[in-house]
Amino acid sequence: MELRKENNENYVQPSQSPEPEEPPKKKKRSMKMQTKETWAGYLFISPMVIGTTVLVIIPILMAIIVSFTDWVFIQGIGEMSFVGLDNYQRLLSDDIFLRSVRNNAWLIAAVPVTMFFSLILAIIINKHVYMKSFFKIVYFLPYISSIVAIAIVFQLLFHPSYGPINEVLMTIGIENPPRWLADSSWALVSVIIITIWTSIGFNLIIYLAALQNISLELYEAADMDGANIFKKFRHITVPLVSPTTFFLLITGIVYSFKSFELIVVLTSGGPGYSTSVIVYYLYEQAFEYLRSGYSSAISIVLLLMLFIITAIQWYGQKKWVNY
Amino acid sequence: MKEKLTKITITVIMFIIGLVFLMPFLWMLSASLKSEIEVFAYPIQWIPNEWRWDNYAQVWSGDFPLYYWNSIKVTLATTFISVTVSTMAAYGFSKIQFTGRNIIFLLVLATFMIPAQAILVPQFMLYMYLDLFDTHLGLILLNSFSVLGTFMLRQFFVGIHDDYIASAKIDGAGQFTIFRKVAVPLVLPAISTYAILRFIWTWNDYQGPLIFLRSDHLSTIQVGIARFTSMSGEIYSLIMAGTMSAILPLLIIFFIGQKYVLEGIALGGVKG
Repeated sequence: MELRKENNENYVQPSQSPEPEEPPKKKKRSMKMQTKETWAGYLFISPMVIGTTVLVIIPILMAIIVSFTDWVFIQGIGEMSFVGLDNYQRLLSDDIFLRSVRNNAWLIAAVPVTMFFSLILAIIINKHVYMKSFFKIVYFLPYISSIVAIAIVFQLLFHPSYGPINEVLMTIGIENPPRWLADSSWALVSVIIITIWTSIGFNLIIYLAALQNISLELYEAADMDGANIFKKFRHITVPLVSPTTFFLLITGIVYSFKSFELIVVLTSGGPGYSTSVIVYYLYEQAFEYLRSGYSSAISIVLLLMLFIITAIQWYGQKKWVNY
Repeated sequence: MKEKLTKITITVIMFIIGLVFLMPFLWMLSASLKSEIEVFAYPIQWIPNEWRWDNYAQVWSGDFPLYYWNSIKVTLATTFISVTVSTMAAYGFSKIQFTGRNIIFLLVLATFMIPAQAILVPQFMLYMYLDLFDTHLGLILLNSFSVLGTFMLRQFFVGIHDDYIASAKIDGAGQFTIFRKVAVPLVLPAISTYAILRFIWTWNDYQGPLIFLRSDHLSTIQVGIARFTSMSGEIYSLIMAGTMSAILPLLIIFFIGQKYVLEGIALGGVKG
């Protein structure tokens, strides 16, 4: 017994509470150890914390300050003068900015559409096909491909006069197919189609993981009650994947604000700002017109919008999600 | 029997849908091996009449090898630093007790919400000031401090039972030894997953080099193909050979590591 205890303490169950004997000495040692732990802790997290502070937190503080100035990038820092809320006021009457916000709203509207397709595909792949992993790879490929390459290919596929998409549409009898990226009322639709195409894979993989956690017995019980496939979908699948749905909705909306690369390469916000989004307009103001103050104000408004959306979502979570 | 038949039918239908889904890639591949006249021929000729491997030779005779080399350098360095930084931080945030740990973690986590574009201007100012603008080092540092990587790896460290670490401590091991000899080996699959994802994301990064590099000889492949496309004067077969070359390494890495990538995505729900 004695021997086993010693053994345990040394090797097997180290989390066992310390021996009651010699309490003062132990306590002193553990305090010293705690300080050592604290230092070790700071050491381990320091690269990450320093990097984040220098590259993210300080820049945010700088953006807040610059957003209240009329600074133009090519001028020296000395030329910077404070203009109060002028930049923010101008934003409210800037038609292109407001248009970019509206375009962002359309990209958000595409998020549930993507999720719907992904869920349907996930259900089919989960139970109703052979070669499951093959299908996972197929639908995931667009997600890992470079946006630049994707944008270039779609420019050709969507080409209004000799692109394959319009050739097919004309063959099946549509005489005047849309001019896609060249037409200001279709360009955003094209961007949304590509966005859905690239993000189905990610949503699908996450939904598949969620579906695998649903117990088969639930479906068997429903079968015995004579429930049809739609009833099972509505009353078993949808409620049980709702935490995943919520997660995908949050990440999807946050990411819809980050779509920048696709728009830069595909359309440069055009034609006529019809595909400009907040981050694209911000980039254009900052790096093409060099209006640092104005573009910083756009950044801050964007951050506030994201903050509000996140807050609403966390509040909504309590209402919509069944855990 | 009937069930089996339904399953086969659905598999075939899904296979056709999958082909349509992959059409842009197939079209890219096919166009990259055609002569220019054939690219837009209709009905689409999926198999080229005459295989023009020469397209690739032509694309690669230019600056492509240099762009490729730059991309390989930047991507490998970023992946290495980012994996090290995130693994260390993830360990510190989950397996070491110290004051202020949770507050700092929440603060770091909150920065995840911020779109990179929102801080481009101040980052640009900072890079000018620190002489990091137009350098590979600057570009590497830009993607080296990943909140997502830290968050994902922390999830896995939390899953390790504290007993493993406590027992090593009783044996007299310091935190660094425990980290290297006990903790890291236990989460190695998760680390590989993150490394592959970080590789993919960095290889595909266009915004970073677009804004923080200026010299042509430093360009990475993404900026390289975008530039090549706008300069090659609409020779689409060559452009497709270029884009194909840019995504090929990723496809290879993904096929090798797909199990890790898909499992990691499913578990951690990470998104670049």
